[in-house]
Amino acid sequence: MSAASTRIPRRDFLKTSASIGSGLCIAAYIPELAARTLENPLASSAVFAPNAFVRISPDDSVTIIANHSEMGQGVYTSLPMLLNEELESDWSKIKVEPAPVDAAYNHTVFGLQMTGGSTTTPSEWERFRKMGAMARLMLIDAAAQKWNVPASECTVEKGVVIHKASGRKATYGSLVAAASQSKPPTDIPLKDPKQFTLIGKSVRRLDTPSKTNGTAQFGLDVRIPGMLFALVARPPVFGGKVVSFDATETLKIKGVRAVEQIPSGVAVIATAFWPAKLGREKLKITWDDGENANLSTPQMLADFSKQSASPGNIAKKTGDPSAALASAAKSITAEYDVPYLAHCMMEPLNCVVDLRADSCELWTGTQFETVDRASAARVAGLPPEKVKLNTTLLGGGFGRRANVASDFVVEAVHVARVAKAPVKVIWTREDDLAGGWYRPMWHDRFAAGLDAQGNPVAWTHTIVGQSILTGTAFEPYGVKDGIDSASVEGAADLLYGIPNLQVDLHSPKIGVPVQWWRSVGHSHTGFSVEGFFDEVAHAGGKDPYELRRTLLANQPRMLAVLNLVAEKGGWGKPLAPGRGRGIATHFSFDTYVAQVVEASVEKDGTVRVHRVVCAVDCGRTINPDIVKAQMEGGIVFGLTAALKTEITLENGRVQQHNFYDYPMLRMFESPEIEVHIVPSEQSPTGVGEPSVPPVAPALTNAIFAVTGKRIRRLPIRASDLAAGSETKS
Amino acid sequence: MTSFFLNGKSVTVDDDPSTPLLWVIRDSLGLTGTKFGCGMALCGACTVHLDGAAIRSCVAPLSRVAGKHVTTIEGLSSDLSHPLQRAWIEVDVPQCGYCQSGQIMSAAVLLKENPKPTDKDIDEAMSGNICRCGTYSRIRRAIHRAAELGVEKRTS
Repeated sequence: MSAASTRIPRRDFLKTSASIGSGLCIAAYIPELAARTLENPLASSAVFAPNAFVRISPDDSVTIIANHSEMGQGVYTSLPMLLNEELESDWSKIKVEPAPVDAAYNHTVFGLQMTGGSTTTPSEWERFRKMGAMARLMLIDAAAQKWNVPASECTVEKGVVIHKASGRKATYGSLVAAASQSKPPTDIPLKDPKQFTLIGKSVRRLDTPSKTNGTAQFGLDVRIPGMLFALVARPPVFGGKVVSFDATETLKIKGVRAVEQIPSGVAVIATAFWPAKLGREKLKITWDDGENANLSTPQMLADFSKQSASPGNIAKKTGDPSAALASAAKSITAEYDVPYLAHCMMEPLNCVVDLRADSCELWTGTQFETVDRASAARVAGLPPEKVKLNTTLLGGGFGRRANVASDFVVEAVHVARVAKAPVKVIWTREDDLAGGWYRPMWHDRFAAGLDAQGNPVAWTHTIVGQSILTGTAFEPYGVKDGIDSASVEGAADLLYGIPNLQVDLHSPKIGVPVQWWRSVGHSHTGFSVEGFFDEVAHAGGKDPYELRRTLLANQPRMLAVLNLVAEKGGWGKPLAPGRGRGIATHFSFDTYVAQVVEASVEKDGTVRVHRVVCAVDCGRTINPDIVKAQMEGGIVFGLTAALKTEITLENGRVQQHNFYDYPMLRMFESPEIEVHIVPSEQSPTGVGEPSVPPVAPALTNAIFAVTGKRIRRLPIRASDLAAGSETKS
Repeated sequence: MTSFFLNGKSVTVDDDPSTPLLWVIRDSLGLTGTKFGCGMALCGACTVHLDGAAIRSCVAPLSRVAGKHVTTIEGLSSDLSHPLQRAWIEVDVPQCGYCQSGQIMSAAVLLKENPKPTDKDIDEAMSGNICRCGTYSRIRRAIHRAAELGVEKRTS
């Protein structure tokens, strides 16, 4: 595996996020923006482009250039809100366009252009407001000079500069030529949050109309002149290679233009998708399965459990957990398992490439512009500046479209080379599910010691699972002393005050490609930690909510979230017959979330999730309705993982194919969801991922409450819960 | 050659009659609002109307639609005026938006057949449409809202 040499990454963000804010220096990137403006043919006096993030036209339209990808999380609305809070143009005149790839658009912390880690708002919270304020100050300056009045006497209202004393007014559009000559301000003060008029309001999403009439353009919708379509036959086992292939039958299909071997398999190139798909079915390929042909899930489960019996590399140690366990009045142990998971975006992977002798242009929905452009350039044998990457809307991302090896982009460039024409490479659902880069499979082994009063005094947690970052260009940044921080997040940074704690890690090397999946390491630690915590509470005869309160005494923000969810979720109040209530908290991406789930279990073991109440503290809220939507979506995403999905291997082959054996939660299974946001004046934090981790444990804790059966393995199986099945606790 | 009506206009294509309608609409006729999600009628992203009934275009061969009327999301209204579109915007249903053409086309048939659906009616009618972003509760809310808007439209 290889990746572009880039500065990284998401994990470091958690440590440095506190330093964003006042430290961000606008002067540092103005020269770069100025250079860009000179290169930009649009940046003539015909439009006012004071920086890389906003353009104003004579017709008063305002184009905001979004440097983060829209994959459903609402950034094509929240970024304009941040910028226009300070620009104060007419909101109805705002348009959004995706940024080209340029260092000017790099993430303010990660240093590359990307979308992920629930960090768009924290990255841009200050920068976008400054960019808007900069434009406003220059427009005011232009008007003031024209009217020969002090700029300080001018005000702005909905894109109109006003000089009250003289009654003069000028629209932003009328000032573009003059403002283009204004000197960029050196000092750019920002509003006091008390004066916010947009931030904090549930402004409707700007992208919704185009997503209700079919005009929204996703990568799969891109069409360029002369474009062919390609599907790739990839090895049935990860790391497998083509030995030989016979394309005779494929080439007989009308519309098939060529069949060519590429590094990742055999490409079938045709005039449309359908002949390419039919042609691929007719291919006869002999594969060398390579060294992964014996991988099987039952064997891996057994291996992981065995490894977890001895401690791994220490990620966190406080006190003396061994001694505290040995002297505890009571101790309990448990093992938890979660499977590999596919991201399964509704829009399967795809990439359009137009490869020329001296240039290359790509169109794709990506979360990883800098890396993808560098990867494409390497394969094309071109310098990155000769590669133009156009970011389209993403039909879901969830981390899959931020691939360290740019797998779907690199492959498409290889296909374009052999196609000798512009080409769109499309993955089918089956390709996508079998294509790897999964959320890793994890095994967690816990032990806890309780004192005579039932309070936990010792907690040990051994984690087994593949490292996402090891072996990639990102390793130096995310892996230290054998610990991939993404493997132990949510466990090593446990918020509960337990005096003797150890978290350690085994990172077996397995030939299944893995990567970040919505909420990353938290997607397994949320489940295992909060499930085991519930076991500890019950073992000590404590109410799970009350024990959490006690141990969060020094965590005021999480405590407030927990108390709110307990109140809104009716903790301790009577329930409808047959229903149970479970509670869980989880801190991730600097955001505090707690959830209460109400569930019931039918005689055949079918789980019904009736209601999920969610409380969140994500600092200052930019758009409350978008925050709510992200909480709702993350809960459904987490419930799908809890109830439905697993990727398993037999003889190295992925056993799942399509939605019939990798099912998604559907509407009739989707619970009533209630979201409560804790008002806050703290800096805003991420919302795309943090609602995922707590929902599985809140559900399994609810199942325990109603059935007495403890679920320690996802997805939940009806057979574990059917009447007469043994309780595992 | 196969002819049919697409959003009210007669079209003729020379795709093989066994080609799924989805790819005829997308690749041959260039209307990309109808989406590919699974190719097996499992996710509903490709839902269109065939003579007023909701079908999964990814498994409907071109031969099946010869001479018939096909409506895609692009043909629902020319100006976002359909009650479902208005409701979708009011409730801000979409996240990534990829499945929403199919959701709206399924909901349109539901409302035509049952102008005042209950939650249960909605759950049943929409069970063939997957949304990975998890917008289900908003879809339900928006269908109820569209039902109200539809009543207003008919009585105004």
